[in-house]
Amino acid sequence: MLMISPRMATGMQEKQYSPSLLSFFIYNPKFGPREGEEEKKILFYHPSEVEKNEKIRNVGLCEAIVQFTRTFCPSKPAKSLHTQKNRQFFFEPEENFWIVMVVRNPMVEKANKEGRPAATEYQEEELLDNVYGAVLQQCYSMYKLFNGTFGRAMEAGAVELLTQKLEKFFYRYLQTLHLQSCDLLDVFGGISFFPLDKMTYLKIQSFVNRVEESLSLIKYTTFLYNDQLIWSSLEQDDMRILYKYLTTSLFPRHSEPELAGRDSPLRPEVAGNLLHYGRFLTGPTNLKDPDAKFRFPRIFVNSSDGYEELHLIVYKAMSAAVCFMISASEELGREFCEQLDGLVGPQLTLLASDICEQYNINRRISGPEKEPQFKFIYFNHMNLAEKSTIHMRKTASVSLTSVHPDLMKILGDIHADFVRVDEDEEIIVKAMTDYWVVGKKSDQRELYVILNQKNANLIEVNEEVKRLCATQFNNIFFLD
Amino acid sequence: MSEEHYLELCESPVQFENASAVNNVFFDEANKQVFAVRSGGATGVVVKGPDDKNSIAFRMDDKGEVKCIKFSFENKILAVQRTSKSVDFINFIPEYPHLEFSQECKTKNSSLLGFCWTNWNEIVFITDQGIEFYQVFPDKRSLKLLKSQSINVNWYMYCPETSVILLSTTVQGNVLQPFAFKNGTMSKMSKFEIELPAVPKPAKLSLSERDIAVATIYGQLYVMYLKHHSRTANSPGAEVVLYHLPREGPCKKTHTLKLNTTGKFALNVVDNLVVVHHQSSQTSFIFDIKMKDPDSTLNIHLPVLPPWSIHPYKIPLTGPVAVAAQAPVSCELYSSTWSVFQPDIIISASEGYLWHLQVKLQPVVNLLQDKGKLMDFLLRRRDCKMVILSVCSQMLIKGDKGNLPVVATVFDKLSQVYKEYLEAEQSYTTAVESGASRASTVHKRPVRTQAVIDQSDMYTHVLSTFTERKDSSHKFVIAVLMEYIRSLNQFQITVQHYLYELVIKTLVQHNLFYMLHQFLQYHVLSDSKPLACLLLSLESTYPPAHQLSLDMLKRLSTANDEIVEVLLSKQQVLGALRFVRSVGGHDNISARKFLDAARQTKDQMLFYTIFRFFEQRNQRLRGSPSFTPGEHCEEHVAFFKQLFGEQALMKPVTV
Repeated sequence: MLMISPRMATGMQEKQYSPSLLSFFIYNPKFGPREGEEEKKILFYHPSEVEKNEKIRNVGLCEAIVQFTRTFCPSKPAKSLHTQKNRQFFFEPEENFWIVMVVRNPMVEKANKEGRPAATEYQEEELLDNVYGAVLQQCYSMYKLFNGTFGRAMEAGAVELLTQKLEKFFYRYLQTLHLQSCDLLDVFGGISFFPLDKMTYLKIQSFVNRVEESLSLIKYTTFLYNDQLIWSSLEQDDMRILYKYLTTSLFPRHSEPELAGRDSPLRPEVAGNLLHYGRFLTGPTNLKDPDAKFRFPRIFVNSSDGYEELHLIVYKAMSAAVCFMISASEELGREFCEQLDGLVGPQLTLLASDICEQYNINRRISGPEKEPQFKFIYFNHMNLAEKSTIHMRKTASVSLTSVHPDLMKILGDIHADFVRVDEDEEIIVKAMTDYWVVGKKSDQRELYVILNQKNANLIEVNEEVKRLCATQFNNIFFLD
Repeated sequence: MSEEHYLELCESPVQFENASAVNNVFFDEANKQVFAVRSGGATGVVVKGPDDKNSIAFRMDDKGEVKCIKFSFENKILAVQRTSKSVDFINFIPEYPHLEFSQECKTKNSSLLGFCWTNWNEIVFITDQGIEFYQVFPDKRSLKLLKSQSINVNWYMYCPETSVILLSTTVQGNVLQPFAFKNGTMSKMSKFEIELPAVPKPAKLSLSERDIAVATIYGQLYVMYLKHHSRTANSPGAEVVLYHLPREGPCKKTHTLKLNTTGKFALNVVDNLVVVHHQSSQTSFIFDIKMKDPDSTLNIHLPVLPPWSIHPYKIPLTGPVAVAAQAPVSCELYSSTWSVFQPDIIISASEGYLWHLQVKLQPVVNLLQDKGKLMDFLLRRRDCKMVILSVCSQMLIKGDKGNLPVVATVFDKLSQVYKEYLEAEQSYTTAVESGASRASTVHKRPVRTQAVIDQSDMYTHVLSTFTERKDSSHKFVIAVLMEYIRSLNQFQITVQHYLYELVIKTLVQHNLFYMLHQFLQYHVLSDSKPLACLLLSLESTYPPAHQLSLDMLKRLSTANDEIVEVLLSKQQVLGALRFVRSVGGHDNISARKFLDAARQTKDQMLFYTIFRFFEQRNQRLRGSPSFTPGEHCEEHVAFFKQLFGEQALMKPVTV
């Protein structure tokens, strides 16, 4: 299928306004069914300074829209509402609990020559439903990771506790939402895996198994290097959100001059101690501190009987980070932390430098010329593996892409097409200037390639993508 | 507890008539034969070997007291020494005359200390003034002197395995001169001096042959010296000093075995272990010279195990009528009447028994707590396989905390030996293949010892039963399997697919599909067709297995047919066709197979597309779009006509 992108490059004397968060609220229509009690429905409302009646009005509107549209399709309630100025996203994560996010459409302010007030033009079609829908779901998943379900809070302390928890969590979390830089990767919510040779991988296995054997309290372990996953004994869905938390929140907060392998200067904590770089990213910052606190964040993960609550210990040595998860019913104190530090620190330090060395060797073998000049995003629904040469390193604040947002939007559009059909397909889009965007779907995998070739035709683009598949994806079954 | 006796006498000893006033008993170290000589041979000589159940019995004339009697190799010629001047010979080769002939030693006024056979027809006389090397001509009943060497000799010792004779020279007797014999040649090896604990004044013979033994340990020749502690020095006890005697080059003192006690000792070498019997305590020490004490740079060894006595031995009451009711009599161990010979022989002349000493490995398992050390020890033993496998099984059952590092150590030790064997085998194969034309180089096929424990051994005896045990946690099971796979990988040994299957089975049993997925993602479970098929079979419980399996088949690059089958079975007819085309096999595929599959999808457009594809293929290959009878597509042609009409069929392109 060939499509021609309708948009051309934007004009010069315009002022662009990115999409931004207008409001975010959570309500349950069952909590204030009678007239005059509508406020009780509202569990959380951002911005909080909005006048009460307006809150009630907005919630009421959403409720009405959802109710109304339900009559057309009871199984699939409304997901979003498009208006000129904004777009509203609805999500019902638990029965009768609704989360609504209202995003202002991007705007273009056109400078007027004759000194008249600038005309604002809302770009109604710019936002992608699937991207922001995914962002909304992520908000809930993140809440659930640290607090469990809404239902759990209701059981434990009724509405009071739930509103408290929501307030505490979302107050901070919403500040970290960067709606202007959301894109296809948010839809995938994938995990970047660290490429590693078999032997080093087995060494990591061996390390994890030994630690789990000696510290039998540990229920789950995950191992990351360079913010990329290597091993997880946590199930996939939990890992997905934990990975998101680690890479977009915890790691960036602790980022410091990253130690790169062996050439880094040794930083012995205390003379006489074993030389290692290990330290806790959660819990005690300094074990030697007599007043050190041994409190770890708690997370909730799925288990065979609902969910389980766990201590999340994140321990890092150089670029290697390990998460140990221990049942929240266990008391963790200084003794345990010291034992863990003594056991894991030296081994992890050694392992981290092994991985670094091996990684450098592999890179040297494959050579820099094998680094693709292609810009692509790859995602595998089966293991959530994602790979992007479009995105710079994702940081907490912003994800930098190296391509024009318009192209990113095309990617999102193609993905939306893929979702609609089950079968494998391929879409080639001629975008503005000399850009071509190719989307391929094979079984559970999706690949998006952005090519920039002067005067290329469809056949040449197709050949180019074939070449990319042959070099980059030769070890997987990918139908051309 | 009998479980702790790690030494035992062999079950079937060589029995002979016990020594008495009328019966002299001789032992030949070369052929390991016992000679019972009654009345100087006149009333009979009975020779019993270690292996041959049939003894040799013969008579010879009583020409005086027999001092020494030995057969040459393969019992061809019998040599008897009756005087200190000469040796008598009797042919035992059937076609040669059975008449005695005699040879006096050449050197004047010398006294014959003894003789040794170095071949079936070569013999060495050792006199107090030197050695004489003869070739025997049984047909001519004469001997020819090949070589002789003058040297003052106190006593001599012979190591038949290496054909080395050791002579004690000088006044103190502590300078040892070895000679090696091979195919009619005699070569002098470099002499060496045994360090005596104290030098007596005036000088006198201080080194007794009782304190010296010669044996091969780990394929190397060693002279073992039992060094009694000197009464003056404040030494803690006796020790055994080992001198390594290489074929070429100087002899070196290499190992010291500390006994830390005093008294009467005797030496054996069993399964490359030095066994020191201590008579007063009735115990034996065992030393393994390859077991190094990491703390000591010097080669000082302590006993591997605490000293223990040889397993009690009951003498079976045989004789002409074995009476079952009579209880067997306990044999007195460490008896003063015992004679000990190298390497592993103990003879009780008074009772008429010859035993081989044996090491039992099972008791060692409990005595050596350090599993790494234990493995090192076991891997060097001859009959070690089953014991090692049982140690592996045991260690996995216990499942103590911190057990995994031990498991890893043990696996690595096994892999090391396994890898060495594989490499030797590999270089042998390549050498044979490349050097087949050159007959000069004889390649020796590497011997597969019991210490080579391969993956199938581990699978059969250890891992498969271990994974099926109800009481082992799946976490531990997986950790152990991964540890074994890691170890094999570390030694670059190709892992057999049944080990992977075991991993997969365990993971699937516990619904750990995500772990499985990750293992496959990192290619920890290497690609193979059996594995890909196994994954396919998992698809119903874990849908992603389908993708994993296809990926694997793709990487194998020899499984294109399988890929097509998989896709067709999923009704991905177009996908299958595109795949075949991408690998360039579309001219050879069966049209019927694809049309069958397309028709099954009930998708008329798909059927049309596939049908058209083959019409075009026919046109291209044969110049006509119609199918040949051999393709058996009539049914599909009819179906096509029925659906789309006769006119939809492709028209032959006429050029």
